[in-house]
Amino acid sequence: MLANLARLVRYRGLVQSLVARELKARYRGSVLGFFWSFINPLLLLLVYTFVFKYVLPNKNPAAEPYSLFLFCGILPWTWFSSALMESSGVLISGGNLIKKVLFPAEILPIVTVLANMVHFLLGLPILIAFLALAPGHHWPPMTEVAWFPVVVLVQLVMTTGFAFLLSALTVHFRDIRDILSNILTVWFFATPVIYPWFDAPEGTRRFLSFNPMTHVVVSYQEILFFEGPFGHLPLLLLLGAISIVFFLCAYFVFDRLRDTFAEEV
Amino acid sequence: MNSIELENVSKVYRRYNRRRQFATLKSALLGGSLLRDLRPDETFPAVREMTFTVPKGRTLGVIGRNGSGKSTLLKLVAGITKPTVGSVRVEGRISALIELGAGFHPEISGRENVFINGIMLGLTKREITRRFDEIVEFAEMHDFIDAPVKTYSSGMYMRLGFAVAIHVDPDVLLVDEVLAVGDEGFTHKCLDKFAEFKRRGKTILLVTHSLGLVERFCDEALWMDAGRMKAMGDPKRVVGAYVTDVEVSEEHQLAAGDAKAQTSAAAVPPDEAAAGVLADHPVETAEAPDDMFRATEGRWGSREIEITAVRLLGPDDAAGHVFHSGEPLTISIALRARVEMDDFVIGIGIFNAEGVCCYGTNTNIEEMASVRMIGDAEAAFTIERLDLVEGTYKLDVAVHKLDGYPYDYHRLLHTFRVKSRTKDVGIYRPKHEWRFTGNVGFTAGARKL
Repeated sequence: MLANLARLVRYRGLVQSLVARELKARYRGSVLGFFWSFINPLLLLLVYTFVFKYVLPNKNPAAEPYSLFLFCGILPWTWFSSALMESSGVLISGGNLIKKVLFPAEILPIVTVLANMVHFLLGLPILIAFLALAPGHHWPPMTEVAWFPVVVLVQLVMTTGFAFLLSALTVHFRDIRDILSNILTVWFFATPVIYPWFDAPEGTRRFLSFNPMTHVVVSYQEILFFEGPFGHLPLLLLLGAISIVFFLCAYFVFDRLRDTFAEEV
Repeated sequence: MNSIELENVSKVYRRYNRRRQFATLKSALLGGSLLRDLRPDETFPAVREMTFTVPKGRTLGVIGRNGSGKSTLLKLVAGITKPTVGSVRVEGRISALIELGAGFHPEISGRENVFINGIMLGLTKREITRRFDEIVEFAEMHDFIDAPVKTYSSGMYMRLGFAVAIHVDPDVLLVDEVLAVGDEGFTHKCLDKFAEFKRRGKTILLVTHSLGLVERFCDEALWMDAGRMKAMGDPKRVVGAYVTDVEVSEEHQLAAGDAKAQTSAAAVPPDEAAAGVLADHPVETAEAPDDMFRATEGRWGSREIEITAVRLLGPDDAAGHVFHSGEPLTISIALRARVEMDDFVIGIGIFNAEGVCCYGTNTNIEEMASVRMIGDAEAAFTIERLDLVEGTYKLDVAVHKLDGYPYDYHRLLHTFRVKSRTKDVGIYRPKHEWRFTGNVGFTAGARKL
């Protein structure tokens, strides 16, 4: 298993070009092309801002300006949920590669996660622009921003773990794809994206803290949005450690099921 | 040095069964083995106990019927599937031409796909850049290389896929029936490329149904049957054995088909058939159909004289269904007249698969007037040389009155196949020879495409 994992390093060129292909192919044929990577989160932001400003106004002054608060959570959430959604079907749609070309299957979920990460990163300039323009909002201190890549890394490891698990199991149980979209809806509301973490009632909060995405999103929010120290750091590092273990377990399952892919997809 | 070594390799597939899905998953997860929990009747052995080696620089052709495990064998050598038992060892870089352009993404251009496909097959970006023009040249794609792949015709798609795969510069090339991808010219180029590989001492494993290609091109042939190796060795010998085996099984098939047509013609009650209830079925009626020449297979007649058996006899008077062009054929018709008859005509007709009458005659046409028949009799119609081109033929055999009133009419109920080494076209092959004078020369053997 570890040998297989090490082998992946040799395939980094392939991963790189597949991610590039994924991004290119996605907007091929559309008029605005690559700009959709910026416009999509922007439009999403507009919708949520409208809902939570005019329909269901946010009552917590700590989460003002609300659209900026929202943005800090939605960007990473979109990365996470699209990566999971896409990876659940990736081995099936890439079946031709697995069956006809000598090709390490784990590359497919990895590419999915990375392509979505690129979208996430492309959304960051917009976030930065909003941070700079928002009236009266503080600029996050550099000492905190330095932790930002760490949060991204933790999310990357965790998401890849989920992607391995989902892609491998979906080959055997196609039902997962349908269940997953529902689970992700619940998961979204169980993650403090549209409400601040500390707003949740005590009991619920304890429950929500079992959700790994809670800690990822709260970390982003504490670094970029809220003033004051990055108090969530220990929990994030703990999550990082758990994520690595989870990643290895997920990879173990994937590796064990590897030989079944060519027959089942 | 051996470049491919297989030792006691078996590959067992799971039969498709939804209910046992979980068992596979569980045993894969816990035991690392896919099939441990499955009963033998839930599995299917695609390749069984194969042991062979291919020395470096040799070309091995793999032949066998559909479903005999050829493609699975190729996938095992390519490493795309793992053997259930045994070990596969391959020296050097492999390129497997199993499905051409398998990794192409339809939305992006041919150029970008060449790069990605090349990387997938194990080249580096720099290597592809160096070979790019050569690849495009080979695929004959100059004008379209920057168009998205989804706009390509299937031929273009395959050509580009082939061009990339062949430029990977493998030590071991695995080819699965992909030569049918282009027009004559392209097939030509592919074969030239294979020949070049051979010259450069690369190992080639070729799965194909083109027996001629195996004879001409391969150093060795491997014949697979039901997952097992049936024979391996000199291509001419192995191909010959394979062809004979195919003929034998065709013989069985034709015999079974004829028996079926005849019994089902006998099984339909005359009134039902006359009412046209089972029009697509071979029918047996007392009356001749209105339009004789549009009648499908069937049997009708009053049976005052009955055709009790029709046998086709080859050169040694051996009954069979598969014959060779140019050899003698005898159609032996066993007859039985219940009472003494004096007005009868015996006729035969040979039709090809398209329903074209190749030849038809009867005793009256050939100026033989019937005198009498009583009890059992036999008529033998001998063709000295069966000068038909290769194909499947059907027979009409009939005995009727001079005015056409049928005693027993067998319409297309007997099938035989003609085999030939020469793949000429048409229906009839006149006995012929070529003669040349002047400045023109030939030698024996077909030219390689």
